[in-house]
Amino acid sequence: MSEPARHRLMVVDDSNVIRRRIERGQNLPGIEFVGAARNGREALEMHERLHPTIVTMDLTMPEMDGGECVARLVERDPKILILVISALADKLTAIDAIEKGASGFLCKPFTDRQLNNALLKLIGE
Amino acid sequence: MTAERRTVVKTESEVGVFIEGVLNYFGTTVQQQAECGTPYLALGRTPEISDYTGMIRISGKREGLVFFTAPKSMLCVMLMRMQETDMSHDNLCDLVGEIANTLSGNARRDFGHQFNISVPAVVHGRNSSFDYPANSRPIVIPIEWRKYHARLVVCLN
Repeated sequence: MSEPARHRLMVVDDSNVIRRRIERGQNLPGIEFVGAARNGREALEMHERLHPTIVTMDLTMPEMDGGECVARLVERDPKILILVISALADKLTAIDAIEKGASGFLCKPFTDRQLNNALLKLIGE
Repeated sequence: MTAERRTVVKTESEVGVFIEGVLNYFGTTVQQQAECGTPYLALGRTPEISDYTGMIRISGKREGLVFFTAPKSMLCVMLMRMQETDMSHDNLCDLVGEIANTLSGNARRDFGHQFNISVPAVVHGRNSSFDYPANSRPIVIPIEWRKYHARLVVCLN
């Protein structure tokens, strides 16, 4: 019998193609996909219901951007692990995300292997 | 070096940033290399657009727009290569917007933090037109992937 997943993953991105890509691409046995949100506001609502332990977070999104959402999620749950996945490739953007409470940064475009390596690093395995 | 020569060099290096982004995007996302043709200035006419176009407005350090335009068939094959089974109109719009967003966002590695990009706007159909910045000179980067032809248009003041 396989071990139950120890991490609950929520994906936040305004692109449906990217949300589905992350859901399909992540294949780590310790991670269970629990839901996907289209913007920061939706992510905060889903967080209350789904209690994810790890989150992948886009930055440029309508309604509430990823930076604000990272800060609010970390305020609610300081132990939450957030991997920012963004096309914004400059160093200051990555530093800003880490300062807001994100635990890692992955630049788009990415391969499945890069995604899984980044998630592994995030959960410390 | 004359001012005119400096301008040309600056334009060449800036175009190189976007070409590098296109090559990286196709090599990574659909894992099949694209080729970029010789970029050209669309002087006196607006660049031709294809079935689906994703457009990003640029503000801050630079002003203007960047758009990626591609035929429906090319976007469908790209989705297939990404293991995506949903080829709906909504997903094609989503993909073309995401490509424009990624290529513009990646350019911040060279243009810097003050190169602000909007969320993507997507238009469908070949008769759409855009508001180009006054006195701007759109640069068209032809893209060939498999048997398909797409374009990246960069129009920055």
